Amino acid sequence: MKSLDELRKLREKAQEAIRLREQTDGTKIVVGMGTCGIAAGAREVMLALIEELEKKNITDVVVTQTGCAGLCEKEPLVEVIRPGEPKITYGYMTPEKARMMVTSHIVNGQVIGEYVIAREETVS
Amino acid sequence: MIAVGYDSGDKMRELALHVLDLVQNSLRAGANLIEVEILEDTDLDRLTITVRDDGCGMEENLKEKVLDPFTTTRTTRKVGLGLPLLKMAAERAGGRLTLDSEPGKGTVVEAAFQHSHIDRMPLGDMAGTILTVIISNPKVNLVYRHQVDGREWQLDTRVIKDEVGEDALGLPAVINWLRSYLEEGQNYLYGGATTDEVTG
Repeated sequence: MKSLDELRKLREKAQEAIRLREQTDGTKIVVGMGTCGIAAGAREVMLALIEELEKKNITDVVVTQTGCAGLCEKEPLVEVIRPGEPKITYGYMTPEKARMMVTSHIVNGQVIGEYVIAREETVS
Repeated sequence: MIAVGYDSGDKMRELALHVLDLVQNSLRAGANLIEVEILEDTDLDRLTITVRDDGCGMEENLKEKVLDPFTTTRTTRKVGLGLPLLKMAAERAGGRLTLDSEPGKGTVVEAAFQHSHIDRMPLGDMAGTILTVIISNPKVNLVYRHQVDGREWQLDTRVIKDEVGEDALGLPAVINWLRSYLEEGQNYLYGGATTDEVTG
């Protein structure tokens, strides 16, 4: 049984990772979690993203969520915000596409053009 | 078109997805503490979902409107469907939905179902719903309490944050711990059997 003791042991490691994260400008991944997103499979996309970051031991990326963006028919939506780059919005996401996106975009810096539905021109 | 090999939770086929949707309402209401409670009692043939928050709450007239499929507090889209969908799901399965809200105090939504009703949606992946909420909203405090025929299991993110700190919730090692912890909780609650086997 997982216990709080086990969690306590992670504390030091966690603090170290947080210190490292603070030194870098982190990437943010935002998943649309309105009713429209949830009905289209946003939870599975979110869980795939979390699992992939966990598997690849990526500590400087924050996964967060937002509500309905008014593009319901293109849900699940995933935005990737990387410092110094235009915001990329992916549409019609699936767990498989989300995993591929982590490898390609987050790890290797290659946007998957095929899945992009919007590209914000202003640099964040 | 036939969907092949992709069970995405396409549409709201699980009660756990409705729970995720209710939590979204609480988040939009600016809640600091969200309590999710699932009570399953096969003797009384009841399954009750309660989501309680300390968000901004609703005035009486809005309370009536949110159950109407043609109202929403959103401005990006004119039609809000979350609560009306859950209300329909409850009423179809011998249950009901009640909404209690006070401006400045918070909101309580309770959806009750007949546990054995043939039209009751399966509860689904509660662990996935809870993990999703915790990881993507580290600042919000979440209590998840689940009872199955007297067995009770609880998770309180305030306790977890006390151990590792709020900023650590999204770290791989902590996600891994949370995932295992939640899975073990579900195993404990159902004693290795599925809900359907329990209801028999």
